[in-house]
Amino acid sequence: MAVLKSLARSPSAIIGAALLLLILAMAASAGWLFPNDPLSLAGRPLQAPFANPRFPLGTDSVGRNVAAQLFYGARTSLLIGLISTIVAIVIGIVVGALAGFYGRWIDTALMRVTEAFQTVPSFILLLLLVVIFGSHIGTLALTIGVVSWTAPARLTRAEFLTLRNREFVQACRGLGMPNWRIIFFEILPNALPPVIVYASVVMAFSILLESALAFLGLSDPNVASWGNLIADGRRVLRTAAYVATLPGLVILITVLSISLIGQGLNDAMNPRLRRKD
Amino acid sequence: MRILRLALYRLAVSLPCMLIILLGLFLLLQLAPGDAVDALMGQMGSSDTALAETLRQQYGLGGGVATRLAVYLLNVLRLDLGFSVAYNQPVLTVILQRLPVTLLLMISALSFAFAAGMVVGLLAARRVNRWPDTLISMLALIFYATPSFWIGLMGILVFAVKLNWLPSGGINDLSADYSGVRLVLDTAVHLILPTMTLALIYFAIYVRITRASMLEVMTLDFIRTARAKGLKEGAVLVRHALRNALLPMVTILGLQAGGMLGGAVVVESVFTLPGLGRLAHEAVIQRDLNMLLGIVFMSSLLVIAINFIVDLVYARIDPRIEANG
Repeated sequence: MAVLKSLARSPSAIIGAALLLLILAMAASAGWLFPNDPLSLAGRPLQAPFANPRFPLGTDSVGRNVAAQLFYGARTSLLIGLISTIVAIVIGIVVGALAGFYGRWIDTALMRVTEAFQTVPSFILLLLLVVIFGSHIGTLALTIGVVSWTAPARLTRAEFLTLRNREFVQACRGLGMPNWRIIFFEILPNALPPVIVYASVVMAFSILLESALAFLGLSDPNVASWGNLIADGRRVLRTAAYVATLPGLVILITVLSISLIGQGLNDAMNPRLRRKD
Repeated sequence: MRILRLALYRLAVSLPCMLIILLGLFLLLQLAPGDAVDALMGQMGSSDTALAETLRQQYGLGGGVATRLAVYLLNVLRLDLGFSVAYNQPVLTVILQRLPVTLLLMISALSFAFAAGMVVGLLAARRVNRWPDTLISMLALIFYATPSFWIGLMGILVFAVKLNWLPSGGINDLSADYSGVRLVLDTAVHLILPTMTLALIYFAIYVRITRASMLEVMTLDFIRTARAKGLKEGAVLVRHALRNALLPMVTILGLQAGGMLGGAVVVESVFTLPGLGRLAHEAVIQRDLNMLLGIVFMSSLLVIAINFIVDLVYARIDPRIEANG
């Protein structure tokens, strides 16, 4: 509750929440405002925005409704962001908790694997995973999560290292509590705040990763995606710049809103470590 | 000597990391549908199972998992990354042809981001909590949220299409056959937009880090000492504060190397630059698994090499660093 209260006082959190609400509203109202498939041909191609009341933001190079794709694209991006963030955070927490709690060879082994994942450029690894496992939207959300868990793992490990010898943990051991209960029900709740703050960074980054994949034509071709629309707009950049411009602005607003909320969360959860920048 | 020992120690530490990466790649290769022989047979239009079996023996693709892993590791050790069916050339040859463009792009983007980020971060730290500071922090946040491929397209739209100042893509003007200085100038002009596009997000990061670490360093005692002995403010800032504030910036440089290679894939595709990143994109489209595995391996090597150089630079700036430390 105290966190929510100080969150409500942070200007960046308020602006971020307002922008995110806007995107959420787009995702929620997509089916109601545009009952037809956003990828179906709706009219003459390349009608400029505001020219035809049926297509308030115009049509793309094959005649699909730009506004409909923007609204349905919000669903895709938010869904990808949410699922891959959950995947990344869960893997990160498990790896970091085990490494930090048990230490010794388990720590060494898990940290070597983490280093290996950090050495391979994540976008290039993502391309390899797309080739092997395909680009269905659900698979994509998982693979984006799989390439983004290293930083949460390091954060969780660092927290566990400082918490594992505290008195409350020794008390739990004294009570004969099994290790898994100490890890997940005693230490983890205390280790979570910085990881939750970092989740906003992971989410912002996964949305950017998916849009970049879609721009390269490697995302799921059967769902509306902002990156796909920008790729289409690239072909008609000279004559109809709005097709590429509009979805880019929407991505910018979405990622910015998540970063702002993350900054607000950071200030609210670590009042003593308030950022100087 | 101290620096050399440190560097060798760091290099030895990265060996197990490389081994894990190779094991991971081998595992992924096992999960992929079909192998190199299937691809080769498909290209020959043959379905002779006896021939396929002979070929598998020949390429070391037959036998159990352990044998295949041994063959794979041995091949990589000899820098034999396999043969690309799509390019009809060894994977390593194609990668080495494409590497220089990517290196050029990364070096110019890094230098720009580092230099410009340092200057702007210094300015922001000097005017802390006044409007230039707020404006710079806001802009950094916005740059961080901008997809690079989109800002690249917007750059093309403004500077190539509307203003006609810069070329919209490619590494050289193909219609003119330049050589010597003209060729270098032509390449530089072609690299301006891609460099800016790739550098933008790192510029934002460096501004924030310079600002934060300058603010921290400026409160320390040795700065007061430097002022007390009568040094001019400029000398205090550059010779004493900045040198110490540089340390976190150099650390970040190594951490960002992988991200920058990933960014190069997208930027090279936007500006049709014939680099490693664009090669990765082409390999995905052609389902050229051998090539993609080779690119993952080589880019990991590149990241390790960059971190190695960063360690050397770091030890040069900060004499306190010791091996095992």
